[in-house]
Order: sequence, then C-alpha cells, then structure tokens
Amino acid sequence: MTASSAPPAQRRLGTRLLRSRFVDLLLGPHGVDRYLEVVRPTATVSDARGEVIDVCRQTPRSATVTVRANAAWTGFRAGQFVRIGLEIDGVRRTRTYSPAGSEYAGRDALELTVTAHPEGLVSRHIVAALEPGTVVHLGAAQGEFVLPRPRPRRLALISGGSGITPVMAMLRTLCDEGHDQEIVFLHHARRPEDWLYEDEVRALARRHPRLRVVYRATRGPDAGPRLTPESLRDVLAVGPEAWVAVCGPPALLAGARSAWSELGGSRDHLLAETFTTPPLAPAGAAAAAGTLHFRRSDRRSPIATGTLLEQAEAAGLSPDFGCRMGICHTCTCRKAAGAVRNLRTGEVSSEEDEDIQLCVSVPAGDVALEL
Amino acid sequence: MDTHSRPQLTDEQIAALGDELDELRGRVIMDLGERDADYIRRIIKLQRALELSGRGLLFAGFLPPAWVGGTAALALSKILDNMEIGHNVMHGQYDWMKDPGLESQRFEWDTACPGDQWRHSHNYVHHTHTNVLGKDRDIGYGVLRMSEEQRWRRRDLGNPLYATLLAAFFQWGVALHDLEVERIEAGEIEWSDKREILQAIWRKGRRQVLKDYVVFPALAGPGAPFVLAGNLTANLTRNLWSFMIIFCGHFPAGVEEFSEDEVADETRGGWYLRQMLGSANLTGGKLFHLLSGNLSHQIEHHLFPDIPAHRYAEIATEVRAICERYGLPYNSGPLHQQFGSVVKKICRLALPSRDRAPAAAAGTSFAPEPDPAGRGRGPDVAVVA
Repeated sequence: MTASSAPPAQRRLGTRLLRSRFVDLLLGPHGVDRYLEVVRPTATVSDARGEVIDVCRQTPRSATVTVRANAAWTGFRAGQFVRIGLEIDGVRRTRTYSPAGSEYAGRDALELTVTAHPEGLVSRHIVAALEPGTVVHLGAAQGEFVLPRPRPRRLALISGGSGITPVMAMLRTLCDEGHDQEIVFLHHARRPEDWLYEDEVRALARRHPRLRVVYRATRGPDAGPRLTPESLRDVLAVGPEAWVAVCGPPALLAGARSAWSELGGSRDHLLAETFTTPPLAPAGAAAAAGTLHFRRSDRRSPIATGTLLEQAEAAGLSPDFGCRMGICHTCTCRKAAGAVRNLRTGEVSSEEDEDIQLCVSVPAGDVALEL
Repeated sequence: MDTHSRPQLTDEQIAALGDELDELRGRVIMDLGERDADYIRRIIKLQRALELSGRGLLFAGFLPPAWVGGTAALALSKILDNMEIGHNVMHGQYDWMKDPGLESQRFEWDTACPGDQWRHSHNYVHHTHTNVLGKDRDIGYGVLRMSEEQRWRRRDLGNPLYATLLAAFFQWGVALHDLEVERIEAGEIEWSDKREILQAIWRKGRRQVLKDYVVFPALAGPGAPFVLAGNLTANLTRNLWSFMIIFCGHFPAGVEEFSEDEVADETRGGWYLRQMLGSANLTGGKLFHLLSGNLSHQIEHHLFPDIPAHRYAEIATEVRAICERYGLPYNSGPLHQQFGSVVKKICRLALPSRDRAPAAAAGTSFAPEPDPAGRGRGPDVAVVA
C-alpha cells in the first residue's frame, strides 16, 4: 500500500461524514460524489480519481505521466496494474496500465509510462495530446505479479518494450526499501531510442553495487542476443534462491520460461505478466467464428447466427429484453471482453467492460458477457 | 384543420421513410462527442447548483424572499433532474460516454418512481407500443379515459377530477404506474404478483419522503414549517409542470391512435411512421425547451429516444421536411393551445361518446375527433400533399 501520510484526523472525520448514510439520504438518489465532482472532479470521496500533474516524453513513442490521486485511491503494490479511465472526445476510455513508480511514492506521484500503439486510440492520445490538469479515473490495483516477502536474495527483473513499467516499480520499491541483494535488470526494446528509464536505472546502479543493468536492442544494427538460456546465465546465477519477474510480449515470456526451466530455476520463483491487444474483427465480416462466454451462468456456446440476445436465448439463458429493436435499452448488458458489431450503426467495438444492447449486437469474434 | 384522414403510404414509401430516418439517426450518432458531454455536464452542474442553493435558501425561509427564491430554485432543480437529466439519461442518450454516473440502466432520479420501473413502463412499454390502445399504458395511465375507443364507464364522469389529482400527485402516479392497478382490478393479475414492484416503490418513495418532508425540515429546527412548505411547493410545481408537458406529447387534437391489429406486422419504417403520427410538439424558446427536457420535441424524441435531447432542436427542421415530403402531419403548437386541447379532451371524454360516423365505427379509430368547439384553434398540423 502507499505510504502517504495519513490525512489529519479532522479530514478523516469529514470524509467519514460525507460517506455516511445520513449524507447519502440528504443527497440521494445521486450520492455525495455527484455533488463534490461538480466543485472539483477529484474531490470525490468514493470514486478514485486523479489529476495529471506532469507529462514528459522520455522517448519519441512514449509519455511518462505523473498523476496526483485523490484519497479514495487505495494505492498499489509494485507490479500490479490499474485500470485508468480517460475521457477522449466525450467518451471515457478505460485501459489497463502498470504504474512504474515505487509503491512508496504516495498518492501524489502515481507514475504511468505509456507507449503509443499504432492502432491504440488511448495510447496515441496520451503520447500526443495529454496535458497536465486532465482528470483520470482510477480503478483498484489488481494482479498477482508482485514480489514475495521476504524479498528474494537473487532476482532478475526482465522486461520487453512497455513491459518495463511493473518491473521498474519493483526496482524502485526495492531501492526505497534499502534492499541490498543481487538484482539484474534486463530490458529489451527494438532500438536504443526506445529504451525507457535507462538514465535512472543506471544511476540507481551506481548507488547499488549489486544491481546490474543490461539494455538490449532486438532490432537494427545494435541488436543483441534474444533471451536464451545462455544470455540469462550470463547475467544471473540461477539457483534455488533465485527469482525472476518477467513482463513483456508473449514471445519474451515464452523465452524466459524455457530458459528458466533449462537453467534449473524453481517454477514457483518465476513471476510473469504479459499484455496482448485483442484482434479486431473486420467490420464487414459475416458470421464471425469464436465462442460466446456467459460469465455469470458460466456457460459457453459457439457463435451462431443472430443477435447476441437471440444467441443467449438459444443457449438457454433468459436475459431481460423489451422492444427487441434497439429502442428501449432493456437488454443492455455489460460486455466484459470481445468485439461486437452494432447492427444499427455498423460500428465494431472491442472495449473491455462496456455496456452493449444485446438485441442489436452481433459478435465479431469471441465475446464474454455478464449474463 | 379539424379533420383529416390518415395519410396512406405504400409499403415502399414506409420502407424509404424508415431508411431516411435511420440515415439521419446514424449521422447524429457519428457526430456525438465532447459537445454533447459538455452539454449534459453543464446542465447537471446547473441542476446541482439550483438544488443546493434552493435547499440553503429555504433554511432562511422565514424571510419571504428567501422562501420564494429557495422554493423556485428547488422546483427548477427537480424539473431539470427529472426531465432534461433523468428521463433522457435513462433512455440511454448518454450511454456512449461510458461514464458510470450517466449509465442508463443504473441511473436514479429525484422522484418517487424507482428508475428500474420507469425504464420498463416508459422506455419499453410506452416507447415500443406508442399510442397502441390496449398496449400503451400511458394512454390514461390506467386512471383516465383518454380515447373514444376506451369504453365509457360511469366513473369516467370524474375524468377532470382524476386528471387534476394525477397532475398534483404526478410523481406518485408515475411511481405507481408499473403496478398496473387496472389489471389487478380486472382480475388479470393479483396483488401478490406485484410484491417486488411494491417493495421497490416503498424503498424509493420512503427515502424521498424522508428527505423532503422529514430530515430537511428537521435540520431547519424552528424553521421546519418553512422548509416543509417549500419542499411541498417545489414538488407540486414539478408535478404540475411535468404532467402538462407529458400530456401534451400524445393527447392534443390531431394525434393518432392505433389498434393492436394495425401494428401486428409492423416494420421498422412502420414503427417510425407511428411515432410521427402519434406524437405532438410544443413550440417555444430555448429555456422552455430545456425545462421541458426537450420533450417539446416529442416527435423527434419518439423517433430517436436515445439521441441526446438537446440535438432534437437541431434535427427538427430535417424531420419536418421529411414529414412534408411524405405528406405526413407534423403536429406542433404552443403550450397553451396544445394543453388547452388536452384539457378539452379530458373533459369531453368524461361523458359517453356521441354516436360516431359508421366509418369511424368500422375501424378508422385513428381519425381525430370532430371538435366543433375547437374550430379554428386546432394545432398547427402541416399536411402537405
């Protein structure tokens, strides 16, 4: 958890009052946050939000964003990820990012480093246009990609591309804890100009004699070896005490796993996190192939023809519905993941955790619904 | 214009009409963005400011100007909350923003009716079955006789009285709407079928009553009577206003009704056509449109219930032009005229219907009533054809 200083007793009392059932009755049915946000968007007491206070660009394709979170945000442990909501042209877009700062940095310095993905609406916006003062919506930190306690005596922090952020959080956290055991920080990125946090990591290495730093380019004339058992053995003596935390694209994880097992590393000592972007189905596609996952009823069925409402009914579910023509929104349902096409607008949408109208939506690939 | 027969369109024309309206809707949907988000947030800000200042002023309600100002601010706040914000958000007009505070299926409003029940009785029942006798329960709310086609019963003599009571207690009328009392009365369903509905009304209604009539007055100490009177007046004002606006949507002279048979095989274009023929607009200035929740553009609202309502004024010219091209009426008039014709209808239908022309009896039930008293003062029904 964050180690930010506790708010003064008075402020805590005020927050408790604002969150009380009494105030909820007085300001019902909307609730206190719907009034506080009108005064200042980050003044909410239950909704975790933050304000961007700094944006800097370490590399041409990335932006490092510092957010001051409000007291409703409960912090994170190094390595975890956080859902970040950002409004772009009136629409709140939510994406998952792993904070890169130390878990002791506090609420005032939640640091995110975002690399622009060529097709990424949000990442491109953050890199190109995000400005201080912007309000962001914060989810609770999630994920099991965290270092054990007591801390490992021998540790490799391996990353690829934008996967550097959670291991950077781990490194900074360990340094803040005064950790003085063996750490190797091994980062892979396409070209040297894409290397993130290099200056800071090398500066940390000067203060911590047992921290070794290796940055590797994977493309171009300077390309070094990819992650192989040999290249891992060169930097870390793998033994029963050693741990590895790896974050990056699936290929890097696969490489790390096989190298780790080949060198005799303990399977329990391998922590891994990956990120993938879901493939977008073409808008004009006829019947897509894939699986519908009805999460609440824990049922799966292969994609058939018809709307999602019809397919859910065919699978034996009975979702709420009304007009069955896209007017009344009674069948509106939370889509956890996957791409769907709206039959009225033709628009394909692949956001996670968004509401869709079942009666006018067809799947455009695997879809998971909260039904 | 006192009478007209319903415009006859071919199936192809109806399909083309549907395509044109779909295209118009698609254009607006594609254009939604920051402007619309800013708009609704500005209105919410205004509503919150009116609400807080209204409640604040009423604590000084022993001073007459503070009482009047506080009551007026609170009434305006409730009108905005229910109409331009609540009604429209719950239609899904702002779902595209993906803001959890503006999600149609989870939104609650500052009135006795639970949001879930409203979403069912209004968004689904009324908007799908608009003006279909026997299906659209908004025709008379199960209490009033609002159509010649509804059989006259002796108790309908009280029509004007019931309408007045419904107007004064409109938030409770709306809250009880989904109970379907008339079906319980007819023996079609039992009270026990409605237990969950009743429980939800009780939970929501109790909080509303506690807030407005117990806790806020109590907080004012000796000023309690002023706060209580102010809150009662604000709720009454909101009730009367929303009743007026809503009854002007579908009951002025010239608005058509439909039978279940007529809509049995309705296409999307047919549904659009019914919305156009079954709704009436109110003319007025910007402030009037805002305070009506843009239900003054009832025709546009019924065509596109999930388009942000502030867009209706912008597309009204185009909708009207489409109506003219297809020879369809575009029923529109000022509030006093439209509401006057509603009041007349409520009074007239208190009495049994006079013998109707054989044609009407044979099934053209949608032909508007001959209205000798209203001659020359009918709504501005533009029929071009």
